[in-house]
Amino acid sequence: MAPLSGTGANPLRDPADRRLPRIAGPSGLVIFGVTGDLSRKKLMPAVYDLANRGLLPPGFSLVGFARREWAHEDFAQEVHDAVKEHARTPFREEVWQQLIQGMRFVQGTFDDDDSFERLRETIGELDKAQGTGGNFAFYLSVPPSAFPVVIKQLKKHGLADQTSDSWRRAVIEKPFGHDLKSAEELNAIVHEVFAPDQVFRIDHYLGKETVQNILALRFANQMFEPIWNRSFVDHVQITMAEDIGIGGRAGYYDGIGAARDVIQNHLLQLMALTAMEEPASFDADALAAEKTKVLGAVRLPKDLGRDTVRGQYAAGWQGGEKVIGYLEEDGIDRQSKTDTYAAIKVEVDNRRWAGVPFYLRTGKRLGRRVTEIAVVFQRAPHSPFDTTATEELGQNAVVIRVQPDEGVTVRFGSKVPGTSMEIRDVSMDFAYGESFTESSPEAYERLILDVLLGDSNLFPRTEEVELSWEILDPIEEYWDKHGKPAQYPAGTWGPVEADQMLQREGRSWRRP
Amino acid sequence: MKIDLTDTTASKINKALVQGRRAIGTPAVGMVLTLVIVTDEENAYDALKAANDASREHPSRTLVVIRRVSRTPRDRTSSRLDAEVRVGADAGTGETVVLRLYGEVSDHAQSVVLPLLLPDAPVVVWWPVGAPRDPAKDPLGALGQRRVTDSYSTEKPIDELRARADSYEPGDTDLAWARITPWRSVLAAALDQVRCEVISAEVTGEEFNPSVELLAMWLADRLHVHVRRGVSSGPGLTELRLETTCGPIALHRPDGAMATLAVQGQPDRAVALKRRETSELLAEELRRLDPDDTYASALRFGVDRLGGGTPSMPTVPAPASPALSGVADVAAPDVSDSVSSARAAVPALPPAPPSSSGDGDRPSPAQMPPVKKAAAP
Repeated sequence: MAPLSGTGANPLRDPADRRLPRIAGPSGLVIFGVTGDLSRKKLMPAVYDLANRGLLPPGFSLVGFARREWAHEDFAQEVHDAVKEHARTPFREEVWQQLIQGMRFVQGTFDDDDSFERLRETIGELDKAQGTGGNFAFYLSVPPSAFPVVIKQLKKHGLADQTSDSWRRAVIEKPFGHDLKSAEELNAIVHEVFAPDQVFRIDHYLGKETVQNILALRFANQMFEPIWNRSFVDHVQITMAEDIGIGGRAGYYDGIGAARDVIQNHLLQLMALTAMEEPASFDADALAAEKTKVLGAVRLPKDLGRDTVRGQYAAGWQGGEKVIGYLEEDGIDRQSKTDTYAAIKVEVDNRRWAGVPFYLRTGKRLGRRVTEIAVVFQRAPHSPFDTTATEELGQNAVVIRVQPDEGVTVRFGSKVPGTSMEIRDVSMDFAYGESFTESSPEAYERLILDVLLGDSNLFPRTEEVELSWEILDPIEEYWDKHGKPAQYPAGTWGPVEADQMLQREGRSWRRP
Repeated sequence: MKIDLTDTTASKINKALVQGRRAIGTPAVGMVLTLVIVTDEENAYDALKAANDASREHPSRTLVVIRRVSRTPRDRTSSRLDAEVRVGADAGTGETVVLRLYGEVSDHAQSVVLPLLLPDAPVVVWWPVGAPRDPAKDPLGALGQRRVTDSYSTEKPIDELRARADSYEPGDTDLAWARITPWRSVLAAALDQVRCEVISAEVTGEEFNPSVELLAMWLADRLHVHVRRGVSSGPGLTELRLETTCGPIALHRPDGAMATLAVQGQPDRAVALKRRETSELLAEELRRLDPDDTYASALRFGVDRLGGGTPSMPTVPAPASPALSGVADVAAPDVSDSVSSARAAVPALPPAPPSSSGDGDRPSPAQMPPVKKAAAP
């Protein structure tokens, strides 16, 4: 009994039957680094939430791989605790009973051949006991340095070999290298073992409802797309701010910095979705083609010193709490030049966007945690009202709030009630929380399900990753050779240099 | 916040809604639909509770229409509308108006409801009990894009299903259908995995549970095979069996919570298939507001063409088309006195016209061919 490749032959499937969800076929998920934070806070709860929503196949199996000396029961207990604490949907005993039958733990280190052999046996046993049919996804929630080792071990022990009626997939997390060269090396290693269409690079931003909604907003509506171009748009600001510091990630973060950590993947992906042309269809190839085109058209400013800014947070007060500066954090070199704040200006050289600046900024220890895309429109070319009437009127904007408080805001001018003519900015708000018919699933839920279904719409491809590095590499090289990061007090919206960068062009950053 | 209005009108209710919203400081909220619940006093509490729970997923304005029983001729000639306006924490995530109709006005409930509908937003009408024979032609039902009935809550579910098939209009749907979505998903997923032909099927569940018939009809309609309906003591659906060219596929749920999926040549697997609360069913119902063609197609297959527990009537069954209208009244969901008397008092809703009317010209469900969908592969 070979699984069918499509669903076309199943008489119970009908495209008009919209109640039936897409359920993944028989499969299992192997998580490397299962004791880590990501796994406990995101992956395990996401697996449970999927099961609770009835989207996982009967017999779905979850295999944990880590160094810790655990029995299967300890692992199940760990998952249980993580699910109780972090899952989005209520805990249900019968769902848990369904999941627990397929839970296994394999103890071992990444360089230990025996443990990979045990993993292979576990997978074989699951195929028999749970009917997983040889379909397994390997989720590599491991430090970048362990990447090549794990991938090679998978190959060596035949774990990556798929037969004609089963699949093996690899799921990898950022960072996808730290520059173009290392990204290419990494891709080479992964692709040597897994076919390109079986490699899923997780950029969890793309799993967010709001990000997928960018496409719906732009291409399903008539009222936005006609003005989504250089004739009406003044500039675009994409912000991802965090209020936390580097926490315990000194080892990973120092030497990487905000631009590599965030701009290279999340912000450039958000920019690509905001700026791309309409794809021919909503399938993975068409989407990737448009995103690649836009990323390929990105042009860096001539004077990198003038149009890019990096910073480091200094000691200060963040939301009522006294916090230390980056250079005082544990494990950080006092001379470190790593950026915890980065703002860059880029342009997209095509007919739609020529001359419209895209400002991308990200940072740690900023005012609050927020991610948003603001498309700021030009002022009305002529105003019949006198200047005092429109003194408080800003520029119109469409703001896509990615997180938290997901939604879309439209800002425009409105008359203030009263006898005089006075016009002021008001916001029209659409919030997911209050007008949607289904509570939004977590990004990881969607992405894990897509991996199991083999749907690669929401995963950046090799070319996109490499193009993004091509954009960022010159900036990093310039920063390496010139000057050092500006200091900004923790809890503020970044260094003054960033404000000046926009002021020079008569613009200012939004306060998100 | 709660505002009580006695002997009132729709415009005063509208005013109270605005006033209530102002008072709690949210002058505008993004409500996505109006849910009209038509019920009797007895079922109003549970229905409203379910609707409020569902409103966490679907912020809505909920209008509860309660027709009060008039017990004397004098009561029947007088007429009064009382309303209870709830906003804020008392009303889930939206607004609720409980409308109590006395006397003559209870025959003209649509005149009260129409001014209270949200502008530009879809309207869903839900009858937790006592749905009219022809929901789309009911004056209240006609206001809705979506009409939700519940054949589970009726005295004679089989007759009810026949009537539903007969009066089906796009936008009709039934909670008994929503109840089997999880079963259908698991089954469809199980068939995704095998490459064999289904020879026959059997669906077993408690008697007087129309979900069992609906599941059977869906299978018969999609698979074009003989489907038997078996009777067990429940709870709800208990077993589903497909005989295929490569062995049986069975889904067995003895306790209403945990099911076992058994496929020939594969290990048995546990599936969580818990029976769901009304609020969850309603939330599923509200998720999609377009016509449910799959339901229509399954319903029109005809309950009389199933084998097994129900009397098997292979071709044109005697009680089918012309008799349907006659059967209609016998089958009228008679859940409480108040409903039947309220229904009896509705002139806009006659006890189904004689068979010469439009409805009678329709083919009976048994004569209808399964609906062909253009989009089908």
